[in-house]
Amino acid sequence: MKKVLEGSMAIAEGVRLAEPHVISAYPITPQTHIVEHLSQMVADGDLKAEFIMVESEHSAASVVLGAGACGVRTYTATAAQGLLYMEEVIYNIAGMRLPVVITVANRAVSAPINIWNDMQDAMAIRDTGAVMLVAENNQEAYDMHLQAFKIAENRDVMLPVVVNVDGFVLTHTFEVVETIDDIEKVRQYLPPINMEYKLDVESPYSFGTLGEPSVYTESRYNLYNAMNYSRNIIIDSAKEFKDMFGRFYGSLTDSYKMDDAQTVIVAMGSVLGTIKDVVDELRESGKKIGVLKIRSFRPFPEEEIVSALKNVKNVIVAEKAICPGKGGILSVEIRDVLYKHKINSVNVNGYTLGLGGRDITPRNIYDLVLRAEKEENVDGEFIGLSQQYL
Amino acid sequence: MLTKEETYNQLFTMGHTGCSGCAQSMAVKLITEVLGKNTIATSATGCLEVFSTRWPESSWKIPWIHSLFENSAAVASGIEAALKITGKKGGITVLAQGGDGGTADIGLQALSGMFERNHDVLYVCYDNGAYMNTGYQRSGLTPFDAYTTTSPSGKESFGNQRPKKYMPEIAMAHRIPYTAVASAGYPLDLQKKVKKAKSIIGAKYLQVDVPCVPGWKYEPKYSVKLAQLAVQTGLYPLFEAEYDKIISVKKISKKVPVAEYLKLQGRFKHLFRDDAGKAEIEKIQKIADENIEHFGLL
Amino acid sequence: MDFKAGIIAMPGAALSNKTGSFANEIPVYQHKACTGCNLCIYFCPEGVVYGDKKTKIYDFDSDYCKGCGICAEECPVDDIKMVLVEK
Repeated sequence: MKKVLEGSMAIAEGVRLAEPHVISAYPITPQTHIVEHLSQMVADGDLKAEFIMVESEHSAASVVLGAGACGVRTYTATAAQGLLYMEEVIYNIAGMRLPVVITVANRAVSAPINIWNDMQDAMAIRDTGAVMLVAENNQEAYDMHLQAFKIAENRDVMLPVVVNVDGFVLTHTFEVVETIDDIEKVRQYLPPINMEYKLDVESPYSFGTLGEPSVYTESRYNLYNAMNYSRNIIIDSAKEFKDMFGRFYGSLTDSYKMDDAQTVIVAMGSVLGTIKDVVDELRESGKKIGVLKIRSFRPFPEEEIVSALKNVKNVIVAEKAICPGKGGILSVEIRDVLYKHKINSVNVNGYTLGLGGRDITPRNIYDLVLRAEKEENVDGEFIGLSQQYL
Repeated sequence: MLTKEETYNQLFTMGHTGCSGCAQSMAVKLITEVLGKNTIATSATGCLEVFSTRWPESSWKIPWIHSLFENSAAVASGIEAALKITGKKGGITVLAQGGDGGTADIGLQALSGMFERNHDVLYVCYDNGAYMNTGYQRSGLTPFDAYTTTSPSGKESFGNQRPKKYMPEIAMAHRIPYTAVASAGYPLDLQKKVKKAKSIIGAKYLQVDVPCVPGWKYEPKYSVKLAQLAVQTGLYPLFEAEYDKIISVKKISKKVPVAEYLKLQGRFKHLFRDDAGKAEIEKIQKIADENIEHFGLL
Repeated sequence: MDFKAGIIAMPGAALSNKTGSFANEIPVYQHKACTGCNLCIYFCPEGVVYGDKKTKIYDFDSDYCKGCGICAEECPVDDIKMVLVEK
C-alpha cells in the first residue's frame, strides 16, 4: 500500500515488520521519532515486543546485547553522541557475534553541539565490526531494515548491522512509501531468528570469555572473515528482496548513468538525490557523467568500486565527514582500492561538505564537477566556507 | 552431605584461577548453590570474570555472560526482557554480578537504571574495597585510611581519605523491594539472604563483603576471620531492607575494637607506626561506633 | 572457522584445569574430633571439600585444592592440619 510517511515512521514500520522481541533506546535528536513510533506500536498492541526505555545509550546497546545473547531479535536506534557512547558496546556486540540491528539517524558530532545531519558519527564506528549500510531515501530505509535483520542473523555472518539514515533530511521528511502488507511473505523472507549458541539453562554456555593472546587474534580473524563473507549475504538479501517485493536499490553499490561516464560522483545517503538531479541536467547538456552510490560502507565494496571506476577519468567524492589530520575518509578508501588494483589513471578528488546540517545545493554539486576537472587528488577539501568565521 | 562426585557438579566449578583463599569465589559458590541451575548470570569485567572464564575454560555451569565493565545490570535487564517476551521468565533467576568498582563507580548508572525500571534481577556486588583485578587501585568503596596503589600512605597521607560510599543506602533510595548486605564470613546468613532475594519479584541488591588476599595483604587462611571481624567491629554492618525500611540487622555478638581487624591487614599497616596513626585508628573506631549506633548492632 | 574461539566456552570446562598445583601446603583431615559442622565445606573457596555430617568423615580433592588453609584455620575443633607439599 502506498502511504505518505515520515522517514522515522517508515523506519519504525520497517522494524515492526521484522517483529523484534526486545527494543531498547535512549532519546536523542533526530532518532526520537523512530523510537516514539515504536513505543506507540507496542502500547497499541501492534507490535508484541518488550520496549525498554533506558538511562543511556550505553545501556540501550547493553540491553539489546543481553537480550540478543538469549537468542531473540533485538533492535535499537541512536545518533551522534549517543552512537559514540554506544561504541564500546557495539565493539562488544560484534566481538561476541550477536545479530543486533541499529538505526543511526546520522548527525554531526559535538563540539560545537549541532543536532543536524552529517555522517561524522557513522565514521566513528567504522572499525567496530558492525556491517554499515546507508539508505538513500525513506523507501529504501523502510526496506533496508528487513534486509538488515536478514544479514545480521545469517549464521555465517552473526554481526550487528547499522542502518544509516540521514537525520532530519530523511527521518523528519514525509515521502511516499510503499509498505509491505503481507506479513506471511515477510516471515518467509525473514524467518524466525535461530541462534546456535545462546544463553539457555538447558545448554549453559559461557559468553564473553577472556581471550588470551593465544586466541584473541584468531577470534578477530573470524570476525574479519565473517564481515568479508557478509558481502555475499548483503547481495543475496537485496536480490531476494527484489524477487519477493519488487524493489531494488543496488547491492553493495548502485550505479546511475554510469555507462560511458567519464566523470563519476561517489556519495552515500540522501545527498544522492540532489546529485542525481544535477547529473540528469548535465547529461542533458551532453556531459558524460554518472553516479556511484555506496550502499554498504562496511564491508567496503572493493570489487564493485574498482569495476565501476577503473575506466573513469575523474572521480568526485562528496563526503559529509572529515578525518582531521588526514582528509576525506571515503575518498581515501576509494583511492586505496584503486591503488591496490594498480589503477593510476583515475583522478580522485574528495570534498567535504554538508557538515552539521548545511544544505548541499545543486550549485555545490555543479561546482564540484567543474573543480574536479581542474584539480588533482584533492583530499577532503572544505566546500563553501564563510570567510568571516575563519 | 556432599560426595566427591558431587563436588564436580557444583554450578561454580573447581578449576578457576582465583587466588588461594579468595573470598569472592567462596561467595560465588555459596550464592550459585542457592540459586540453582535455573539461573542466568552476568558478570562485569573484573577478577571474577577473568579467573572463571579463561577461554576455553569456564567455571560456570549456568548460562553466563560477560560484556563490559559498566553494563552488567543493563545486560541483565536485556536478559530479563528476552525471557519475559518469550514466556520463559517463570522459574528462571537473573543474576547480575559486579565488583565494587563495577557496581558503585563505573556501573552505577546502569545499575540505577535497572533498579528504577525494577527488572526482576538480583544484583550482587562483591565488595573487596578496591580495583583488585587491575592491581589494588582505590574505588568508591575503598574504606577510610586503606592503602591502595592510587591512595597510598606516605609522609603526607594515611591512605584513602574518603569513607566508603553508602552503596546499600543508594540501592534503598530506589525503593527496590529488597536490599541486603552479607559477608563471606557468615555463609548461612548469606545464603538465607540469597534465598529470600530469589523469592522476591523485582530488583534486588545484595552486597557481600569479600576479603581479598593480595589487595588487603594478609595470609590466605584469614579470609573468613577478617570477614567476621569486619562485622564484629561494626565496620561492615549486615542488614536487610525492604524498599526504604531496614527490616533486620545482624547483631554483633561481642564487640571487637577496630584495631584487631586493622592490624591483620597490610593495607592498614601504616596506622600502626606512630601516635598520628593511633589518632587515625580512633577515627576508624568512630566510623564503627556510628554504624553500631545507626543500625542498632548491639 | 571456529565461531566460538575466544568468546564462548563450554559449561564447567575449567574442571580440566587442575589448580592443585597452586598449593604450597595442603590440609590433612584428622578424623578425630570432627563434629560434622560442615564449615570446611562452606568456607572452601574452591569447593573441593566433601564429606558427610553423619559419618563425620570429610576430605578434600588435592587435584584442585590451592592450600589456602581456611578450613584448618576455621575448624572449630582443630581437626584439620596444614602440611607442606613436597614438590
